[in-house]
Amino acid sequence: MDDLYREQIIDRYKNPQMRGNLDPHDYSYEDDNPLCGDRIRMDLRVDGSGRVTEAAFSGEGCAISQASADLLTEKVVGMSLDEVKSYTKDELIEMLGIDLGPVRLKCALLSLKVLKAGVYGLDELEEELAAL
Amino acid sequence: MAVPQTLDTLDVGAIRKDFPILKRETQEGVQLVYLDSAASSQKPEQVIHAMSRFYETEYSNVHRGIHTLAEEATAAFESARDRVAEFVGAESSRQIVFTRNATEAINLVANSWGRANLGEGDLVLLTQMEHHSNIVPWQMMASELGFKIEYAPMTDDQRIDLAEYGALLERQPKLVGFTQMSNVLGTINPVAEMAEMAHAAGAVVLVDGAQSVPHMVVNVADLDIDFLAFSAHKLCGPSGIGALYGRRELLEEMPPFMGGGEMIKRVQFDAFVAAELPSKFEAGTPPIAQAIGFGAAVDYLSKLGMPAIRQHEQEMIERALEQLEEVPGVRVYGPAAEHKGGVAAFTLADTHPHDVAQILDRRGIAVRAGHHCAMPLHEKLGLPATTRASFYLYNTPEEIDSLIEGLYAVREVFA
Ligand SMILES: Cc1ncc(COP(=O)(O)O)c(C=O)c1O
Repeated sequence: MDDLYREQIIDRYKNPQMRGNLDPHDYSYEDDNPLCGDRIRMDLRVDGSGRVTEAAFSGEGCAISQASADLLTEKVVGMSLDEVKSYTKDELIEMLGIDLGPVRLKCALLSLKVLKAGVYGLDELEEELAAL
Repeated sequence: MAVPQTLDTLDVGAIRKDFPILKRETQEGVQLVYLDSAASSQKPEQVIHAMSRFYETEYSNVHRGIHTLAEEATAAFESARDRVAEFVGAESSRQIVFTRNATEAINLVANSWGRANLGEGDLVLLTQMEHHSNIVPWQMMASELGFKIEYAPMTDDQRIDLAEYGALLERQPKLVGFTQMSNVLGTINPVAEMAEMAHAAGAVVLVDGAQSVPHMVVNVADLDIDFLAFSAHKLCGPSGIGALYGRRELLEEMPPFMGGGEMIKRVQFDAFVAAELPSKFEAGTPPIAQAIGFGAAVDYLSKLGMPAIRQHEQEMIERALEQLEEVPGVRVYGPAAEHKGGVAAFTLADTHPHDVAQILDRRGIAVRAGHHCAMPLHEKLGLPATTRASFYLYNTPEEIDSLIEGLYAVREVFA
């Protein structure tokens, strides 16, 4: 009935594949969007060559934010940190496969913001993050 | 949509015809159902036309002009002030200061009255159900002037706890500020009683009328309050203008808020003399056409009658609460309908309010989702956000039915 709530989004929201915490971890970061109360934490484990071997997310919020986090967390496993760095918001939006207005875009991109800030720190990505 | 039988003395079918936007569809074949008037109301033709007519025929800057248009524009502008004054029962139009909105009206009091009257050791008493606009200006001044802020708590059914309020008054706050109607809970506070208690404790009383003035009779003399802040955009008027009513002695003693043109009687290189009320608080060119629209809006509401509007909304909220409570998983916040205005904030099981609002939007239903500029209140409720449906004079029982059907659709998506 609703293209925004495509099966994939609802399914990932209801049955997340990547939910959890990794302790210990190599990278962990948490952020929220106080406007809607979306909150996401992402934990990564990385091997000696800088490749993500394990990832998990936790948090709460709307279906879009949580499904996006679940899909992104899955996607990131196997990527090198350089690939994580160059992963764009357009790629994430394409993976979600939905057309979002500006407010909901913030929900969808919170996970990407958390991922990038966790790996590279907020300062280095200031400009890119400000655009998220 | 079939226009419903009137519930009461308001002819809602006729009223809807006055609001051009209500005819629109949000997507092809999807009729707009506007349930977001607590954020901002829609505008009737009477207001839209008054403003465009003014721009087409009388527009000029106001005051000080010698030419015909300046005189006509000034007369129209000041006449709007007169009607706004009358609308809230102010003794004199000089006690109505035009501001940008309710928020600016509160900031004006916090800055001007606050600076002259508040300092270390003083207390300002607010309530837990305030909008950010009646919290943050006080926090800003408190950090500058060193006074303290307390928040009167609510009862379990989210009304003001008068016993606790009374106890806090014993600490002799210099100012008590509270909303007449909560924009989240819908709670209507007993303003006259609270003002009387506050006055007995020696406090000045500021009422946030942003949600009440559009929906019920608000008479500053009957309520015996010192300040009232409200916005035109929530009462069928334009955005960009609001008003502060103030007790005359207080306004007269208060220093100007902003400086510039219009607010002065005389300026020299080393000093100025402030103008009389209300110009003292109206620096710069005012929102002129907006004032014309504000006047037209209060005329429109007065003609229909505020008691009839209140009655309609009362019937709408009773009906809405009844129907909402039947939807499995819905929890409505705020007191029983008899203590409430036309606002229903709710949650639907653990579906996020954004998801609820988004799916409703696909059905043309405009509601608001979030913290509604009342984060401390939501924290108190233990919720990051709620979905809020709010009603006004143009809403129909059929629109409540649409909302309810929409909520069943949300349930289906998230089943
Ligand atoms: C209770 C209350 N107070 C104050 C305001 C602020 O109104 P404005 O944004 O028009 O200044 C609002 C508006 O949402 C409100 O609901």
